Parts: sequence; C-alpha cells; structure tokens
Amino acid sequence: MTAMTYTVSDSATMTRRNLRRLLRYPSMTVLLVGMPIVFLLLFVYVFGGQLSHGLAATLAGGHSGRAGYLNYVTPGILLLAVAAAVQGTAIVVAMDMTGGIIDRFRTMAIARSAVLTGHVLASLIQTLASLVIVIAVAIALGFRPTAGVIAWLGAIGVLGLFSFALIWLATALGLAAKSVETASNTPMFLTLLVFLGSGFVPAATMPTGLQQFARYQPFTPVTETLRGLLTGTPIGTNAIAAIAWSIGLVLVFYCWAIHLYRHPKPR
Amino acid sequence: MSGAREPAIVAAGVHKSFDERVVLDGVDLTVAEGTIFALLGPNGAGKTTMIRILSTLIEPDAGRVRVADHDVVDDPDEVRAAIGVTGQFSALDELLTGMDNLRLMAALNHIGRSTGKERVGELLDRFGLADAAHKPVSTYSGGMRRRLDLAMTLVGTPRVIFLDEPTTGLDPVSRRRMWDSIRELVAGGVTIFLTTQYLDEADELADQIAVLDRGRIVAEGTSDELKRRIPGGHVRLQLATPSALRAAGELLEGAWRDEEQLRIQVPTDGTVASLRHLLGQLDDAAIEVEHLSIHTPDLDDVFFAVTGQPTEEARALP
Repeated sequence: MTAMTYTVSDSATMTRRNLRRLLRYPSMTVLLVGMPIVFLLLFVYVFGGQLSHGLAATLAGGHSGRAGYLNYVTPGILLLAVAAAVQGTAIVVAMDMTGGIIDRFRTMAIARSAVLTGHVLASLIQTLASLVIVIAVAIALGFRPTAGVIAWLGAIGVLGLFSFALIWLATALGLAAKSVETASNTPMFLTLLVFLGSGFVPAATMPTGLQQFARYQPFTPVTETLRGLLTGTPIGTNAIAAIAWSIGLVLVFYCWAIHLYRHPKPR
Repeated sequence: MSGAREPAIVAAGVHKSFDERVVLDGVDLTVAEGTIFALLGPNGAGKTTMIRILSTLIEPDAGRVRVADHDVVDDPDEVRAAIGVTGQFSALDELLTGMDNLRLMAALNHIGRSTGKERVGELLDRFGLADAAHKPVSTYSGGMRRRLDLAMTLVGTPRVIFLDEPTTGLDPVSRRRMWDSIRELVAGGVTIFLTTQYLDEADELADQIAVLDRGRIVAEGTSDELKRRIPGGHVRLQLATPSALRAAGELLEGAWRDEEQLRIQVPTDGTVASLRHLLGQLDDAAIEVEHLSIHTPDLDDVFFAVTGQPTEEARALP
C-alpha cells in the first residue's frame, strides 16, 4: 500500500474509533445534544411569550406570539448545538493527549495526520447528527422554515462550514489544555457568544457597546445568514461575513492545532 | 543470512537535555537480537527519556541510535513499523472495550480483517482477557490494564518491544504473571528492552543489565556479573557517638559513613560467618553498636557497589 492509501485508511480507522467512543460513552453525547434542546424548550415556553412582544413580524417568519419567537430563536439554538458539540471535541482530544494512548499512536507506523483527522471528521458527523435532532425537535414544536431546496442546501453549507471552523478551534483548545477539565471549560465562551449576538434577541435592542461587539463577532453574521436562509429574513452582507469568518477561523485554528500536535509539550 | 546480524538496538553517545537540565549524558548501549535488556535505575535517572528516544517519541540532542536496522531520527517510520511500546502510563482507550482496543490496533497495523480478528481472539485468550473483552477498559483492574496494554503492543508482531517499568504498581501475583508473559515473548524471538527500579526484576528477566545513574551508564553486565560486585547486600550499624563512627569507619573495609545519622553501611555476603567476623572485629575494637540491621541486595546496593554511594533517594530517606 502507498502512503496515500495509508493516510485514508488510518484516518477512516481513527474516525470509526471516535464514533465508536460516542456510542460506548453515550452520556456525554446525550448531554451535549440535550443542552440545546433544553434551551430551546426554555426559551420558547418560559421566555418566548414575553420575548415575542418586542419582535417584529418580519423577524418571526410571519408568525406571532410564541410560535413567532420559536421561528426567530431556532437558528440561535442551532448554533448553541454546535457550540455544545465542539465542547465534546475539546474534551475527547484532551483525553487522548493527556493519556498514554497518544504515545502509542506516535510510536506506530501510521499516518501522522490520522489522529487529528479522525477527531475532526467524527466531530463533524456528531455535530451534524446533533443538528438534525435539534431541527427535528424545533419542527415538532412548530418551527416552520420557509426555505426551498436551494436555501436548505445553503443553510446546511453555512452550518457545516461554521461547525468545521469551531471543531478546529476546539481541537486546538483540546491540544493546548493541560488537563481534560481545562479542555471542558475553555470552549464555554462559544456558548456565550451565541447570546452576545443575535441568537436570542435582535442585536439592535442591546446597549451600544454590546451592539458593537455583536456586530463584529462571528456568531452574528452566521445566525443572520441561517435565519435568512431558513425563515426568509434579509441576509445582506451577512452571508459573505459568515463565510469569511468561517474560512478565517479554519485557517487560524487548523494551523495552531497542527503546530500544537507536531510540537507536544515535553513531560 | 550470512555474517553477523546487526544488534537490535545500538545507541552511541546519546545526550538529551530539557531546558538546562541534562537528563542523558552520553549513553552507549547495545542489545543483541532475541535477548532481554534491562535498564536499571532509580526515579529520575533518565530511563523513560531513553525509552522515548529509542521509540522515536523524542529526538536525541546528540548521538546516534539505531533500532531494528534503522536510524530513529532519519527513518522513524521504518523503526515504528518494527517496534512495540508499552509505556509507564497505560496507553489504552478508556472509553472503549478491551476488544475494541485490540481491533483498533489491528486496523492501525493494517492487518487484514480476518487475520486481525483471529489475532485479537488469540491475544485475548493468551492474556486472560477473554471474559472481560466486551467490558469498557475503565472497569479493568491494574493488572488487566497492563496485560491489555502489552497485548495491544503485540498485535503488530513487533521485532523489538520497549517496556517502561512494566510491573511498577502491580501486586506480586500480577507481577509474576507479567514476568511470565515477557519470558514467553523472548522465547518467540523478539528483543525486549525494559526499564525497572527493581534489582530482582532485572535479575529475574534480563540477559544483560545496565545501571543508569543521573544520565550515565555506571555499570553494565549480566546479572551474575553485577551480583558478583554486590556480594550480599549490606549491614547497617547505628552508632552512639561520632568517635565510635570514626573508629568503625577506619576499622571496617569498604564502609560508607553517614556522619549526620551516625550510621555506617558495610557490604556483606550475608553469611553467618561474615557477620560473626564483623561483630568480632567491633568487639575487639570495643566499639559500641546501638542497632544493627541486615539488608538483602537491592538497587541501592548496586549503586553502593558501583558508585560507592547509595542512590540519592536512599540518602534522602531517614
């Protein structure tokens, strides 16, 4: 076999390994998928009635009241699901790096890249699966996307690309963490960024300083693009910003992750 | 094949420092194919660093290292294809089952599916893990983890196996069992390089032993050769006064004095005759001894015999 086929088969083996771990240790997966669903229920049924009052009908996909807020908040909840899923990525990467198994992999004649490729691909599959579940729950609760086939494909593309970016970010954080505990905490700021954008309420309703912050952080354009594609709100330049942010994040965190992986801390 | 085969491991002038701290300071060693080599030394002697260099995990700052006919720096992948490593910390996937772990190794060693399955089943039986094959590794006992770890190393049928303190922390029964497994491997023709802090372990297993102290090999030989240099452990005498200590030190050959603790350490072969002789000498010189204890040979005695000093750890102990 050539080096190329080894790279592919080793990466596939590592991806299968990580997916199997999700099945063998389902409590973490359930927790990470459950978190956005709990937030969805919380925001629709507890806060949704009140929050919907200040919401323009155009932002609510033409629905009013609780149903309107559900339509507004679903894109934000989807990003919350991504943020939660990549927290799992950081944890499993750190588990590998702080345990003895990484040394075993490094002393085997396998493609060097396979360890990280396996983590990233498995996380991407897990994140997309978790998004499917969250969307299914949202639809069951009354979320009514107006998107056609093209818009759906666009939404899937934007979500996939942004997930890919955050997975590399979480991989780098997992590699940089000195312990699994640290790795499970550092990606938490991502969850906060969903709130500090236009995920739950329009950024325009926030104080000026926060509005500025919301405008220049990546979650806002991604949320707006998703919302536009799924429920028909205006997208404007957000699509370009979302794609640019995602590609930029992939480049930065891919390079950082590779650097950390190639230069392990001596122990 | 004709002519002399290259030794399984050759290291020459290996140096390694971390920041300013010198960990290996010119290590040379040679391990013949199909033998067990033990690197014996106290904590912090540099044993793990040596294993990490030999197994391609880190590069030496200076020196040349060849393992299984390839240079570890120039052709790490060729070396990796020929070696198996079982580190000091278990290199297992905690979330997976024992079977999953072994199958993962089979896949990463690019063994065909059916051969892999066969091999995994064989290893589970051989290491007494068949009953626990479908349980997650996180539920395994210490001994089971070590056995699985070794079994994982063996999936790829390595020619050279590195074992970093394979029995540290194991109970006596698991320890014996690990020793048996190691001996079986060599019978199959592989070369084993292991590190240990225990003289009895090196004695029990190794064809050749090297003693590592602060990054240098201070003694090398077969177990018998080394033991000849440590005839029978030592007698430790607790004296009452500094003058008694001095007198005893001058009287007894090869004694090592601890001025602070008023203690003296004398090599002995452990026979009653030699003890009687020692006590006779002390009596004749009218040196009063408060307390006497006899120590069977251990790593400290090797160090004492080789370097004229106990290990740093032993010196630090009261």
